[in-house]
Amino acid sequence: MPYLGGEETVRELRRALSNPNVQSDQLRYRNTILKVIRAMSQGVDMSGLFSEMVKACATVDVVQKKLVYVFLCSYAALNPELSLLVINTLRKDCQDPNPMVRSLALRNMTNLRLPSLVEYVEQPLTAGLRDRAACVRRVAVLGWAKLHNLQASSEIDAAVVNELYSLLRDPDPVVMVNCLRALEEILKDEGGVAINKPITHHLLNRLKECDIWGQCQVLRVLQRYRPQSEDELFDILSLLDASLVSPHPPIMAATLSLFLSLCSGQPAVSLAALERVRGPLLAACGSGSREMRFTALCHIQLLLRSIPGLMGAHYKRFFCGYAEPAYIKQRKMQVLVELVNDENVAMLLDELKGYCTDVNAETAQAAITAIGRIGRSYSDRCLEILTGLLGLKQDHITSAVVQTMRDLVWVCPQCSDTVCFALEGCEETLQDSQGRQALLWLLGVYGERVSSAPYTLEVFIDGVRSEASLGVKMELLTATMRLFLCRPAETQDMLGRLLHYCIEEETDMCVRDQALLYYRLLHCGIEETRKVLQGRRSDPSLGVLIGRPAEPVSQWARSFNTLEPLRQGSIETESVSRGSPEHTMFDPKPNADLSNTLDCSRIEKVHSDGDGRCSDSSADILASSVAAPLSLSLFPALSPEEFERLWLQQLALHAEQGEAGEEDFVWMEECVRCPTIPRCSPQSLQAAMQLVNIQTLAFTPPQTLPWRVYLYTHTCLDDAPHSTLILGELLYTGEEPQKAEVHKGSADGGVGVEGIEDEQARQGMEATADGGQEAVKVTLRQQPRDDKALKGFLSILTTVLHTLSSERA
Amino acid sequence: MISQIFILSSKGDHLIYKDFRGESGDDAVGVFYEKVTALTGDQPPVVMSHKGLHFVHVRQGGLYWVATTTADSSPFTIIEFLNRLSALVKDYCGSLSEKSVQMNFALIYELLDEAVDYGYIQTTSSDVLKNFIQTEAVSSRPFSLFDLSNVGLFGAETQQSKVAPSSAATRPIQSSREQGGKSEIFVDVIERMSVVIGSNGMLMKADVEGEIRVKCYLPNCSEMRIGLNEEFSIGKSQLRGYGAAVRVDEVSFHQMVQLDEFDSHRILRLCPSQGEQMVMQYQLSDDLPSAPPFRLFPTIERDSGGRLLMYLKLRCDLPPKSAAINVAATIPVPKGSLSLSQELSSPDQSAELKPQSRAVVWKIPRFTGGMQLSALFKLEVPGLSSASLLEVGPVGLSFELPKLTATGLQIRFLRLSPVQPGPSQRWVRYVTHSDSYTIRI
Repeated sequence: MPYLGGEETVRELRRALSNPNVQSDQLRYRNTILKVIRAMSQGVDMSGLFSEMVKACATVDVVQKKLVYVFLCSYAALNPELSLLVINTLRKDCQDPNPMVRSLALRNMTNLRLPSLVEYVEQPLTAGLRDRAACVRRVAVLGWAKLHNLQASSEIDAAVVNELYSLLRDPDPVVMVNCLRALEEILKDEGGVAINKPITHHLLNRLKECDIWGQCQVLRVLQRYRPQSEDELFDILSLLDASLVSPHPPIMAATLSLFLSLCSGQPAVSLAALERVRGPLLAACGSGSREMRFTALCHIQLLLRSIPGLMGAHYKRFFCGYAEPAYIKQRKMQVLVELVNDENVAMLLDELKGYCTDVNAETAQAAITAIGRIGRSYSDRCLEILTGLLGLKQDHITSAVVQTMRDLVWVCPQCSDTVCFALEGCEETLQDSQGRQALLWLLGVYGERVSSAPYTLEVFIDGVRSEASLGVKMELLTATMRLFLCRPAETQDMLGRLLHYCIEEETDMCVRDQALLYYRLLHCGIEETRKVLQGRRSDPSLGVLIGRPAEPVSQWARSFNTLEPLRQGSIETESVSRGSPEHTMFDPKPNADLSNTLDCSRIEKVHSDGDGRCSDSSADILASSVAAPLSLSLFPALSPEEFERLWLQQLALHAEQGEAGEEDFVWMEECVRCPTIPRCSPQSLQAAMQLVNIQTLAFTPPQTLPWRVYLYTHTCLDDAPHSTLILGELLYTGEEPQKAEVHKGSADGGVGVEGIEDEQARQGMEATADGGQEAVKVTLRQQPRDDKALKGFLSILTTVLHTLSSERA
Repeated sequence: MISQIFILSSKGDHLIYKDFRGESGDDAVGVFYEKVTALTGDQPPVVMSHKGLHFVHVRQGGLYWVATTTADSSPFTIIEFLNRLSALVKDYCGSLSEKSVQMNFALIYELLDEAVDYGYIQTTSSDVLKNFIQTEAVSSRPFSLFDLSNVGLFGAETQQSKVAPSSAATRPIQSSREQGGKSEIFVDVIERMSVVIGSNGMLMKADVEGEIRVKCYLPNCSEMRIGLNEEFSIGKSQLRGYGAAVRVDEVSFHQMVQLDEFDSHRILRLCPSQGEQMVMQYQLSDDLPSAPPFRLFPTIERDSGGRLLMYLKLRCDLPPKSAAINVAATIPVPKGSLSLSQELSSPDQSAELKPQSRAVVWKIPRFTGGMQLSALFKLEVPGLSSASLLEVGPVGLSFELPKLTATGLQIRFLRLSPVQPGPSQRWVRYVTHSDSYTIRI
């Protein structure tokens, strides 16, 4: 901080410090030094007074000494030569009979941080390790760590390391803990202090003597220990049980961290430990310190990822206090969304409704988004609240509500009627571009059901010249085109005007290109346009995935008790609004897990465009048998209930083993060898399937046995008159392959699905079966029956699985 | 592991700066303050990062207490330490404010030097630290006429001195050594209520977080026994005594508390160290022994002139001998409210429209139990619609209930041993604060 009169102050203080009258009067001398330190901590550069302060160091007054040391340590790096003068005084102090003076001198000697002084420091430090006063030993132990970091390139002195190891048995607990810290730093390159069985047991036995900071340090270091037997492990755990429910949050968190790392091979024990810390964590959530509350909340979010029901009964603890800062409120709402169930949903929504009119706009938006998330499972109640909020006619609330509605319809198409009804008239209050984009998307997709849609769009089109946001213009183009497809008479004129403006006058390239594209598309004819523009209105798969699978603890255990969960970025970004859902829903995740080979060339071939062939050279089975081009599509969408009905119905018929020939569906089983598939994350599997238009409906969590996935798609062959519906199940039991084969044999023997199991398929299947012991069983149902399409589908599925599998391996 | 610690005033003045490891640059303070001021919200996030530098901060006494650290360090530890540090500073300087930190900076440097070495926390126990701290605290007590009123004629003790003045506990712990200050001990039972009352008057949520704090100015005290209510019971099932049970859900104690007499007689034994410490913490959820202290009966309507009329009746359900003080009701009002006209039932109350927080704040300095107060607010709101009425609500109440605990916890007795030579005073104080008291409309 620039400080006026800094020069003046320095000069004045120098005069006072060198005044013999001042020097002889202890109190005046001390006060002058105080002034120096005060100016220093306010940011004034006092380095000019270094030599005067060095002189002031030689005094019997301990308070003055301490003050001078504060000064010297701050400016030593600027005056290495003058600092040499201090060393003499410091070394003399190290011989002082008063242990406090000794420790003070030793600490500051090492705090000067001057490599040139190392040779003078080593001898007092060695003596310090054997000092009879514990406070000197504490300082000396850490002194070695400081010394080592000063000259990082030098070799490690084995004698010192041995001495430090032996000091782990020091009677003073702080010395012991400092030894751990020093060894961690000195031996950093070797992976830190050696944690073997005797040291571990010694540390555990002395844990109770340490204060909370020492305990945290010991618990942290012990994380590296691996018990040699299960008995030992459980001995350690029962020893630490009291710390797990400690009233001090730092100890509780450090103990849980240790538990999780010790029990990484025993998920059941980890989960039990999580249950055990519920009480202390909840107590920390109600702590008097806001920052501690926040920390506890962030860690509760981690725990909920593995045990979603952990806090269910305590949802009231997460109600926001009206005076709490926004960052706590937003976290609490995120937790509340996770805790919703049939019993508390009414209470929860009532509470969240109160936050929607919060004076802080961000809190209000977070509350509205939270209601939208709950709306995926309880849509009626939530839509009622959201519609009510539109009545307030406030721009930030309306914007948040419209965005939330857009996201909600994308997941729950059954809400669309209410949403369409609510949309009327809210365009007047919308100010920000995000909200208007959301409105335009909704009007485009559900235009035929919103009676005023053309008029709303017309207002936008009339004002397009003054529109600043690129996103709104793009969305406006698409929405107008979509509306034109379903209500041509009302929209034709304005579409013409919009296209004319965008092509002739618009300066932004993106908008112009988009407009040109649409213009040319319209030239190709209305059917072509429809094919391109009428994409999906919703993504039903997300509806099922809302009940997120419980993640294994290992996914987050490493970040527990670090700063990571507290970061701004770790807040789920899903609540942040963005463009149209179909563009963004799956953007972030697939990129992480999926190879580019899958989403570029290969899919291009498989995908629905007319010339795409589904047969893929890399899929060796069935390669030749499929000739006709096949395309898959997800429409009409199948609800999970419907899927279940069809699946069970066909299963029942299949079990009856009746006249198979007459049914209009077929049944097929196949084994695909892709050993790593069950370890795939649901997100990446789902994303991969969606690229080829296969919809996954339900998963078991990864790494569990038996592992299952249910999926469906529609096929349409170019030469076939109608499309067929295929339902499928992937099953991985982890059993021996023979068993699967036997099962399969009995299945086709019993039912006799003629024609499906042609020779080629059988061979392919057998080849895979004896090749690897980890095969995924694929069971498919097709309705109505179309063998060619079924084979084509199987080859696509196999390709996807192989690609994913090689990816994982 | 802590790299640096610094204390900033709310305006960004550097009060204290200490670099323990010399690894990160000197500009950390500036970077931190820039980040804080760049944000618009009410309080910056607890953790902020800048180029590999991680700031963790807490707010205490209107100051920023900041530590810079590595990404893998425990946030629980660092936040607990910063809180403990501010408590230590408060113990040693008497009170916590920009002024007291500025006046005692030498003492705070000394404290930091002893408490942390090379970024590792060494100790925060005031018993250990008092042997090392040499600097005397400079306390700034504003001159007040109230202090004089305690002195009677010719210095005789008056009746008033039986009640501890509120400033009695805001003095530095060390001054007793030299000035022969009074040897006193304070036992405070502090409870925080968070309550939600539904629009139909139903109690939706009622949580109490309580703690017993001991603040000790005794130079030598080897043991102290605190007796709680005999019928104090923990958990849902346990019942003790014949009277109405004083029940809490969970209790935790400081590790120095000895509990050998707790099960039989509800006595806590401890050896208090100088300064302030938390002896016991407890929680109670959803089961208050008495009715919630305040009920609100609102009527909200639009009058013919397009104004918003709010008629509020607030009833205090405390026993008639008790009173709530510093009651403030915050009533959110529709956006764009222009002016407020008010009719309050007594002259000591006041009400004010705060446009930036979009709320009417109704202040009642003292509210005796059993009373009912009413207020009529008329608000000019341009473009008031019936939907705007939705924006009115939930009312937040903040208050203080002196000499009262929501759970009914009482201190039966307080015994010190050995018996203190000379005059020593023992104070037991009860207070209940509103953590968050929300009444929906």
